[in-house]
Amino acid sequence: MSVLDNIERDAEGYLKTPIDWNKEVALAIAVEIGVEMNDLAWKVIDFARSEFEKNGEPPTLRQITKSGGIPTKDLYELFPKGPAGKIAKIAGLGKPTGCI
Amino acid sequence: MATNENRKMAFISSKGSLDMAYPPLIMANGARMMGVDVDMFFTFWGLDIITKSKKDKLHVATVGNPSMHPWFHIPTILGAIPGMTAAASWMMSKEIDKLGFPPVGEFIEMIIDAGAHVYGCKMSMDMMKLTKDDLVNGAEVLGVMEFIEMSEGAQILFI
Repeated sequence: MSVLDNIERDAEGYLKTPIDWNKEVALAIAVEIGVEMNDLAWKVIDFARSEFEKNGEPPTLRQITKSGGIPTKDLYELFPKGPAGKIAKIAGLGKPTGCI
Repeated sequence: MATNENRKMAFISSKGSLDMAYPPLIMANGARMMGVDVDMFFTFWGLDIITKSKKDKLHVATVGNPSMHPWFHIPTILGAIPGMTAAASWMMSKEIDKLGFPPVGEFIEMIIDAGAHVYGCKMSMDMMKLTKDDLVNGAEVLGVMEFIEMSEGAQILFI
């Protein structure tokens, strides 16, 4: 019985409804995709969530760096090989569509 | 999405105007955000993008440029007036900034931090009397045969 059992996700693993999200779900997805959730990683996810709740749109990676204060290098270390998608999945947001 | 993890892309950037600097940078950054390995090879005018003294001074052409829109079409005779190139370039930079994209200098730094490999073309550098010290931090110098070797299996784009 996983906390993810009752969560609806699309074929690529993105949450179908952002409201299904909570920290347990985030952690379970992180484990599933091989991301270690240390304090800095949580800072990224919390920032992405709060920006989404504020603006109705997830932040771009550049916004996470500039406004969230997490350097690009750290983002790529925390969420290796495809940070945009990994952050969106863990934060319960839709597939990223922006160009930056 | 998992298939992107073994993908490689190689971008050859040969243009140094403001409008032509962005396509390879945006695509290279997009590829890195998706987990694709990226090599960028800067040659001829593309070298300006990774040259410390030039990267933040790129311009868009107002002379002989048939694509000068959406703001207004500048006939070449007007585009040649001193200051027009600087004005048009400034306007373009502002529009790019409004969309949340970084200036070229910051962008190339971001792309290097994102793990892309960035190279200056040895031949072009010799021609323009540039050394590795003239290039941004993290850029290396490469000859064409090494590039051909390293881009094996990569999807190569020439801009």
